[in-house]
Amino acid sequence: MPFRIIVLVKQVIDPEMPISAFQVDEGLQDVVTPPHVPPVLNGFDENAVEAALRIKDRQEAEITVVSLGQSFALDVIKKPLSMGCDNLVLVEDPSLSNTIDSTLTASLLASTVRKLGIPDLILCGRQASDWDNAQVPLMIAEFLNLPCITVAKHLEVAENLIVVQKHTPEGTYVLECPLPALVTVSNELGQPRYPTLRGIMAATRKQPTTWMTNDLDVASSDLEPRLKITDLYVPSTGGDCQFITGENEAEAGRLLALKLREAKLL
Amino acid sequence: MSHHTGILVLGEIHENSLTTPSKELLAAGRGLADGLGYLLSIGIVGRDVKQASQDAICYGADQVLAIENPALENPQADLQLEALTRICQRSNPDIILLARTTAGRDLGPRIAARLNVGLAQDCLHLRIDPALKRLIARRPVYGGNAIAEVTCTQTPQMVSIRPKVYEPLEYDPSRTGEILTDSVDLDPSIDVVKLVEVIQDEKEGARLEDSRVVIAGGRGLGSSESFKHLEIIAQLLTAGLGASRAVVDAGWVPPHMQIGLTGKTISPDLYIAVGISGASQHMAGCSGAKTIVAINKDQNANIFNESLYGVVGDWEKILPSFTETLRELLE
Repeated sequence: MPFRIIVLVKQVIDPEMPISAFQVDEGLQDVVTPPHVPPVLNGFDENAVEAALRIKDRQEAEITVVSLGQSFALDVIKKPLSMGCDNLVLVEDPSLSNTIDSTLTASLLASTVRKLGIPDLILCGRQASDWDNAQVPLMIAEFLNLPCITVAKHLEVAENLIVVQKHTPEGTYVLECPLPALVTVSNELGQPRYPTLRGIMAATRKQPTTWMTNDLDVASSDLEPRLKITDLYVPSTGGDCQFITGENEAEAGRLLALKLREAKLL
Repeated sequence: MSHHTGILVLGEIHENSLTTPSKELLAAGRGLADGLGYLLSIGIVGRDVKQASQDAICYGADQVLAIENPALENPQADLQLEALTRICQRSNPDIILLARTTAGRDLGPRIAARLNVGLAQDCLHLRIDPALKRLIARRPVYGGNAIAEVTCTQTPQMVSIRPKVYEPLEYDPSRTGEILTDSVDLDPSIDVVKLVEVIQDEKEGARLEDSRVVIAGGRGLGSSESFKHLEIIAQLLTAGLGASRAVVDAGWVPPHMQIGLTGKTISPDLYIAVGISGASQHMAGCSGAKTIVAINKDQNANIFNESLYGVVGDWEKILPSFTETLRELLE
C-alpha cells in the first residue's frame, strides 16, 4: 500500500510583484488581480510539495494535490504535478468570496479531504501570502480530529509515526506524533525542486479532477461566513528619507556615520 | 441561545509568571470592557498559577479563571488547548482576545475551530462599532501592503493581537478581583504530539528582539561572506545582526537571524538595512524600529520609503568608510 499524502496548495497574487502594481478596489473590498502579473503558487505551499516529494523519494508514496479557489491558472496550479506529484483535485467556485475567512475555507477543504479519504499525511504551507492568517491548516486538523505540528523544517516518516523538526527560539524541537496527521511546512525546509522536463510532459497529459462546493458534503451552516471585511485600503507610506550623498560612495559612507552621530542615534 | 457577555483574555505563563503579551492583552481588554460595561476575565492554565493569577488582577483583570494541573506545564501541548477551550466554553464571553505569540499562533485557530467561530488574526487596533455594537479589528494583510478592517459574524468574537502593540497598564497592587481556580481531571492521552528532543542551535548571541541597535543584510549583499562586513559593524555598535528571508532561504545565514512576517519582529531604536529592498513582508518585522537607515543600490527600493536616512550606492564601497568613521567616533 503506497503511503498516501494530500498536499493543500493555494494560487495567490505574486507577493514579489512591484509594490506600485498593488491595488485595492475599495468598492469591492478586494485586492485587484494585477492584469500583467501572473499568479503563483503560495511560496510555503511549494515547500509543502517539496516535503511530500522528499518522502516519495524514499518510499512508495502517492501524492494528491488539492486546491480551493475562484478561478485557476492551469499552468500555475499544475506545477506540483510537474514537480512529481501524482494527482490534482481542484475545488473551483466563482461564488467563493475572498478567502480571509479561514473557518469557511477550512470547512470546505476538510470536506474535500473526507471525500478523498483521510490520507496518511496532510501537508500544508504554514500560511498564505495574501491574508497571512496561518489558520486554515490548524482548523482542518481540528475538523478532521487529527494531530497537528506546525512550521516543520524537516520531516521523516517512521512506522505509523511522523517525526518533525521545527525551529523555535529555544532551539530545534524534535516532535513526533502518530499518523494520520497534519503538518505545516516552513521555508527552513529548503528550496523546492524545479519541475523536470519529464514531469512537465506528464503534467500536460494529466487532467485535474474538478469539483464545485455543492459536490462536497458541507452543511449549509458551515458555508456562512464567520469573518467579514468592513474596509480594505492601502496605507499611505512615509517617504521622508534624507539621502546622504558625497563626492563618491566612500565619502557618502563617511558622511552617513557622521550624520548618525550628529543625530545622536549612535 | 445562551447570552454571551464579558471579555475573556487567554493568558500565558512562563516560569510561573504572567508573560508581557498577556499583560498587553489585559490593557487592550480593559479598554473594551470599560467601553462596553463588561467584566474582564483572564484564562490561565499551568502547573502553578498562583503568582500569575494575582498579577493578572493587578494588571487589570476583574476575574481570573484558572486551571492548575502539573500536566499543563508545556505551552505547546494539546492538554493546554483542552483546558483553555473549556474555560472559553464555560465563561461564554462576547469577545476573546489572544496574543499572536508562538503558542498563541497555534492555540487561537484551534480554539476558534472548536467553537466554530472566526478568528481575526494579527490585529493592531480594536474598536467597537457604535451602531453594530460589534468589534472591528484592524490588521495588515498581503504582507502589509494593505490594511483590512474585519468583523466576526459569530459569537464569541475572537481576535489575536500582535505583541508590543498595546502597553501593559501600570501594576496596581490595590486592585482587587476574583480568582477561581479549578484543578480539573485531564486525560493525558490527549497529548499525542510528543517533544522528543531539543537540539541547541549554534549560539544566537544577544536576542535580536532585545537589541537597541540592529544591522541587517539582504540579497544585495551577494554572498554569505559579505556578512562579515556587517558583523564588524555589529560588534562596534554592540548591535544585533539580522537578515531578510531571502538570504535565509539561500542558506547564507541561519534562520534565527530572519526578520520579517514569518521571522522575528523587532523594534530597536536604530535599524540599519543593507542590501534589503524593503518588501512588505520584511517591513512587517522591522517597522517598529524608531529610526531606519538604509543602504541600497536601487534608489526606488521600498526601504527608502520607510527610512529617515539613506545612501544609494554599492554597499561594498560605502561600508568600509562608514565603519572606519564609526570606529573613530566611538573611540
